[in-house]
This record gives sequence, structure tokens and C-alpha cells, in this order.
Amino acid sequence: MKKLPKTINLTLKVWRQRQNEKKGHFESIPAQNVSVHMSFIEMLDSVNEQLTLEGKDPIAFDNDCREGICGTCGAVVDGRAHGPQKATTLCQLHMRQFSDGDTIVVEPFRARAFKVVKDLVVDRSAFDKIMAAGGYISANTGGAPDGNALPISQEIAEKAMDAAACIGCGACVAACPSASAMLFVSGKVSQLALLPQGKPEAARRALQMVRTMDACGFGNCSNHRECENACPKELSITNIARLNREFLKASFFSNET
Amino acid sequence: MQFDAHIPTGPLTEKWDRHRFELKLVNPANKRKFEIIVVGTGLAGASASASLAELGYHVKTFCIQDSPRRAHSIAAQGGINAAKNYTNEGDSIWRLFYDTIKGGDYRSREANVYRLAQLSNNIIDQCVAQGVPFARDYGGLLANRSFGGSQVSRTFYARGQTGQQLLLGAYGALMRQVGAGMVTLMPRRELMDLVLINGQARGIVARNLINGELESYAADAVVLCTGGYGNVYYLSTNAESSNVGAGFRAYRQGAMFANPCFTQIHPTCIPHTGDHQSKLTLMSESLRNDGRVWVPRNPGDIREPQDIPEEDRDYYLEQKYPSFGNLVPRDVASRAAKAQCDAGKGVGLTRCAVYLDFADAIQRDGRETIAKKYGNLFDMYALITDDSPYEKPMMIYPASHYTMGGLWVDYNLMSTIPGLFVLGEANFSDHGANRLGASALMQGLADGYFIIPYTIGGYFAGTTLSPITSDHAAFKDSARAAREGINRLMSINGKRTVDNFSRELGKIMWDYCGMSRHEQGLHKALTLIQELRAEFWENVLLPGLDKDYNKSLEKAGRLADSLEFAEIMIYDALDRTESCGGHFREESQTEEGEAKRDDENFSHVSIWEYAGSNQKPHLHKEPLVFENVELSQRSYK
Repeated sequence: MKKLPKTINLTLKVWRQRQNEKKGHFESIPAQNVSVHMSFIEMLDSVNEQLTLEGKDPIAFDNDCREGICGTCGAVVDGRAHGPQKATTLCQLHMRQFSDGDTIVVEPFRARAFKVVKDLVVDRSAFDKIMAAGGYISANTGGAPDGNALPISQEIAEKAMDAAACIGCGACVAACPSASAMLFVSGKVSQLALLPQGKPEAARRALQMVRTMDACGFGNCSNHRECENACPKELSITNIARLNREFLKASFFSNET
Repeated sequence: MQFDAHIPTGPLTEKWDRHRFELKLVNPANKRKFEIIVVGTGLAGASASASLAELGYHVKTFCIQDSPRRAHSIAAQGGINAAKNYTNEGDSIWRLFYDTIKGGDYRSREANVYRLAQLSNNIIDQCVAQGVPFARDYGGLLANRSFGGSQVSRTFYARGQTGQQLLLGAYGALMRQVGAGMVTLMPRRELMDLVLINGQARGIVARNLINGELESYAADAVVLCTGGYGNVYYLSTNAESSNVGAGFRAYRQGAMFANPCFTQIHPTCIPHTGDHQSKLTLMSESLRNDGRVWVPRNPGDIREPQDIPEEDRDYYLEQKYPSFGNLVPRDVASRAAKAQCDAGKGVGLTRCAVYLDFADAIQRDGRETIAKKYGNLFDMYALITDDSPYEKPMMIYPASHYTMGGLWVDYNLMSTIPGLFVLGEANFSDHGANRLGASALMQGLADGYFIIPYTIGGYFAGTTLSPITSDHAAFKDSARAAREGINRLMSINGKRTVDNFSRELGKIMWDYCGMSRHEQGLHKALTLIQELRAEFWENVLLPGLDKDYNKSLEKAGRLADSLEFAEIMIYDALDRTESCGGHFREESQTEEGEAKRDDENFSHVSIWEYAGSNQKPHLHKEPLVFENVELSQRSYK
């Protein structure tokens, strides 16, 4: 075991914004005796316990699985979506990444398409709208051919899996200077365009998903690659290139409108 | 009371076909006249919502999360079983059926389990058609691996994220129906109560978790897909919001609860480290394919693992169970780990852990091969513990993971309340006293894709439903009662937080109703729970407002249910004096310390009926009839 101090003391500068309040503000809250083995979420839990006992309103934040796969948690920590550690969701970020005496700035994921609900909680339902517009293969239940009827090369299967690893957390949007959802959209478009099962609807899917993304108020990709850097599942911007290709192909060479 | 499970007559292999033929059909043009509420969007709920909407029913789908894609099925790692026999090892529907019923220690229904095995193959086909990126071999065909409790490789997987990929497949199908206007999505809603009219389930009252308002929704049937109750133990592999609330609230309305003491303690989780901990993270059981489980041979050996030579290591699973080795079923592996730690051979800071060692596998197959199979799990382990499993053995310990018990359902997946269907982990039907690895995903999807679409039609076609709306007095009464409950919680204004109470309840359940149970301990637990419940209603402290986003209030409502539900688990564990599967009564064990069943007295489903607040529930029994398998003492030696 590495030698680490067992507990550290921190100051949080947390974004507080009540529901239906137009503007929020930062509030300084001490976080005392934080075990370095805690996750960031567990640290917030312990701060909230303290706030509750003091009769104050706890910090509102979303989280669920606490193992980095559900995509519910997320905040901008010291200017970075999900905090300083690469390929790590907020719930998997551990306090051993911080030092005694640190001041940590915690803000919600900010984007025009993600309205703040309360404190660190944002509304990401726009992602569901984009998925409803085409993030699927139209295969009704029943009647599917045998799973082995359609061999898929390992290379393609692996690439599809890489693209499918997205957890829909929204860190890519929060990190992007244009608040674009291109990495999110490109993950699903890539996965399904790579696989033979997804090809029949590829053109329609790319057009519909991009159109809905625009309508939801997300910006366009400006090649800053901040999304890739913030993505806890390390989705590559190669997927965005593929999305662009699929979108152009669909726009110019398909009969889809 | 007689419990008719409505199991079709005839040979086992023909029951489901015959039943599907005999079920009445709803004319396609009439399906659009029916409204169905689905609560929960895990594998069962998402697949049911999508499949029902594809048939033309109008579906309203509720989930507690901000998006249906986040339900806790997403966290399932290892894989999904199917009897495809792609590996030519002699697998078959019959073998999957047999393994599952044996793995469940002969406490599940033959007919249900056989149907599950039959449908397993359709599930894989359906998921491939949806674009689920299953692992493939070099020829492009689907790859398989082996999993605990089985001697054939029948588990399909997508790296260590199989649950995620299957759920995103079902979520895609669901979102397609949302786009088509056939499903109305209701995220961030929690079921507060089930509404019955003329004895039929006709809707729900839900709390909007953003603004705290109570909302009423009427329907012709309600389908609960709300998962299990593993969070009664506080520390578990479940997500924060996983809870027994929906099931318990239906139970209070008359749906009976089956086998609540059947809980699964999963053997491979990251060990407990301190009081701050809010969850125990699962490390997929698939790791046991290549990892070797061991502890120091001598109690009190505190050397670092790399300093302990071979002769001082005890590979206790391989020694004790030569034919299954590290792949024994979960209940057996968990108890064996506990026994080693109880004997003073545990490792790590708390001495409550055993090693899972990959050194031999890395030497045999190379680091790259192992990374390909388990890379994401190893990374996750390193993030949490700051140790790399490539360099040093993992430390693991059992944790609450899954609950086999659940609301009682018949062969149609309908509860004792007409019109209330229960799918997935929330029901009790297929896993008996112990679930095998990679079987939960299979059951959730079998229920949602391939069973409920037929059986709900049979219900509609054979039932008279009066026209009602959510203006009916029954909804107003339910909403009023829910509001009173919330007001009561908010007004206590005591001194202890909700998490503080939850932790204590969890500890009571873990100590006395966890991996092993005995009469005296169970009685003690009853007293402790009753005391804790009394204190909760006098001393809980809730911050904030009720008509706001208020996590503490959500958690308090769920804990209030758990504090009553925990008692039913204890009553069930007390009544079942045999050991079976995950339920280990210390009074009933073989000479070698294995679970000893008592088939003469306990070959039944224990079904508990609500008898009023603070009253001991009534016990009913559904006998289990075995016509196709011979009951034997499970042996994995």
C-alpha cells in the first residue's frame, strides 16, 4: 500500500441554484476529515450529512450506480467535466487525487440544451429526444434470424463496441466550447453504421439524429477535441469523422429527407 | 388459500407452446384501446414497454432515473446465458433448464425454468438483430465463455459491459416507440401507490421527483419491473435508487410476496473499507474463469501476497470442489470465503477478504489476452483500490447483489392482484433459492420480450374492465394517503439522518440475515428492527422541502418501506428451517458444512400476505412439484 494521509480537509466552492431561479451563485462549504478512500460522491454525501444536521439544504446532485456505468453523475470539477482524472466518472474519482487544504470548484454541466434543475442537477432529456429520433435498429420483437446467421468480423465488432461504450453522461457537451453533442450522437451512429444490421437505416438515422441534435440547441463540432478528453469511456473523435461521413453521404446520395 | 400458478398441463417441453396457443388473443385493432403502465426501465421494463407498444398497445413507461437508459441492469457485467450450443459441448435447452433448477437448489417451478431456457435462444437472436455488439471470434461468429455453476460455455458477452449493451438495445427499441408516439415516457417519477378499482390494478400514484407533486395515472393493467431489494443491506452492489418500494407498496395492496429470505450474496465484490462507504462494487464473476481464489494457509499470516510461497497458500475452492473449482455457484463460493475469514485466514486491512489471483493466467495467456477479457474490470478495480490486478492479486469479499425472492406471480407473470404483472428481478419465479451467473439478464429479457406480450393479451381478452379515469375517487384517496405519509416524514424533525438509519438497518440484516442465519440471531434481528423502526418515526431528520428535488425525502420513504419489509425477510428466514441455496440456516447443514435441504417439509414457495401495519403477515404455501428432475443434494465436487 502506498503511504497516504488518511484524511484531508478541503474547501468546496459549490454552485448553488434553487429551482426556477434564473441565476445561481458559488457557496464556500468546508469538507472536513475526508477519507482519501472516499469517492467524490461519497465526499459529497458526507458534506450533505453535515449540512442536514446543521439544518441547511444539502447540495443537490444526481448519481445512481456509483460504479461508472449508468452515466447519471457528473459535475465540472476544477474546470473539468468529471474532474481531473482521465477516463473516470465523478463517482469513480477518488479523493486521493486531491491534497489537504485544496479548494475545489464544483459546477453543473453547463450547456444551453442542459437546463439547470437545482445546484448540480441538470436536465439531459435532450439526449433521449435525439435517441428517439433514430438511435436504434428497427427490429420488432420476434422473427430475428439466428444470431450466427450474419458473421461480423472481429474488427468491426470491436469498433462497434468501442463506439457503443458511451454512457450518455453529457460530459462531452459540458467540455465542448460549442456545447456540441457530436461525440454522443456519433457513438450511436457509428455503432449502428458499422454493423451490417444497422445499414438499411443508416442514412435516415444520421439525418434524423443530427437534425434533432440541432433542434435541441446543441452547437456544432469545432474540432477542439475537448469531448474526447473529457469522455469517461474514452470515445474517440474518429466517431465524429464517421458521423460526418454518414451525414454527408445521407445528404448527397440518399433519397432520405 | 389455494395458489393456482396456472401451469399448463402436458409434457414439460410442450407447455409453453400449448399455453401460447390456448391464450386468447386481442384483435390487432382492439389493442390500441388498451393502456398499459410499465414501471421501471431495466431489461424487463424496457423490453416489455417496447414489445407491447410494437403490438399496438398504448404504454406509459415510468422510471426513477432521469433517463430510462440508466436503470441498474446497465451495471450487469459478465454476460447472458443461452442454450445455443455453438461451442458443441453438448449444451441443450434441457441442460440449461437442469443447471438452472439445480443451481436454484430445487426451489423454483419446473415449467417456468424450462420456458426460460427455451426463450434464451430467441433473446440472443433478438439482441443481435438490434445491433448489440456481442464479442465474436475470428470467423465473425458469436463468442462464448463459461460462468459460475456451469460446465459448458454458454455465456454471451460484450466485454465486461453486457448489461449495458443489452439495456441500450432494449432502450433503443423503447425510444423507437417513444418516437413513434406509442410510448409516453415518464422519467424521474417514483411509484407511491398502486391503485385498485374493483379488485383490479388500474393505475398508480407517482411522485414527480423534480417538483414533488403527486400525479395520478389510470390504465388497464400495471406491469412492475422494479428490480430487487438488495439495498435492504445498505452496502450492496445495487444502485443508490434501487429499492423495494414499488413491490412493497403493491404488497400492502394485496399482492403477495414470495420467498423474501432468498437473497444472493455475490462472492466477488471489492471489500468493505470504512464507514464512509456507500456501495460495494461488483467484480464480474467471469473473473473466476481465469482468477484463482486463495488465502494464506496459516491464520494470521500477514505477509504481502507476493511474499507468500505456493506451499503456504490455500486454494480452497480448487481443493474442496475439484470438478467445479473456482467456478462453483455463487452461494457456495460466498460461504466458503466467509468460512476462511471466520477461521482467521482473511487478508487485507479488515481481514475480511480473499485473494483472486491472475498471475498464473497472465503467465499462461499473456497480459494482452487477459487485458482484452478483463481490462475494464481491472481498471475499475485500480480506480477504486489504487492497486493493479496485473501486479498484485485482487482482494474480494461477498456482498449483497441480487434477490431471488419477489412478488408472487403465476405462469402468466400475474400477481395475486388481477391486472398487476411483475417481471424481472421484481418477481420470484425462476431462480429458486440461488441464481446462477448470467441468468438475470436472460430472465429480464425473456419476461419482457417474449412472455408478457402474450400473457397480457390473455388477461385483456378474458376480463371485463370498467371504463375509468384518474379522476376516480380511488386515485384521490391514494394521493391523499401518500401526501399524509410525506407530511408525516417531513414533520418529525429529529436528530438522525436517513443514511444513518439505513446503515444501521443494513448492518442488522447483514449480521443476522446475511450469508448465514440462525434462529436466535433472527429473533434478535426482529427486536432490533422493531426498535429501529420506532426510533425512525420519532427521530429522523429531513432537510429541505417536500415540493422540491429532495433526495433525502426519497430515501426516507424507501427506508420506511425497508424497515417493514426487513421484518418479512426475517419471518421467512425463521420459518424456513432448512438450508437451500443462498438461504443458509446454520441448524441445517451436512457434515461437510454444505447447505442441507429438507425436501419433505420445504419443497414449497413461501408466500406472505400483508396483514396490516406492524402485524405478522400470513403465510401461504405453493407446493413445488418435480416431475422431470430428481431432487438431489447439490454437489460441485
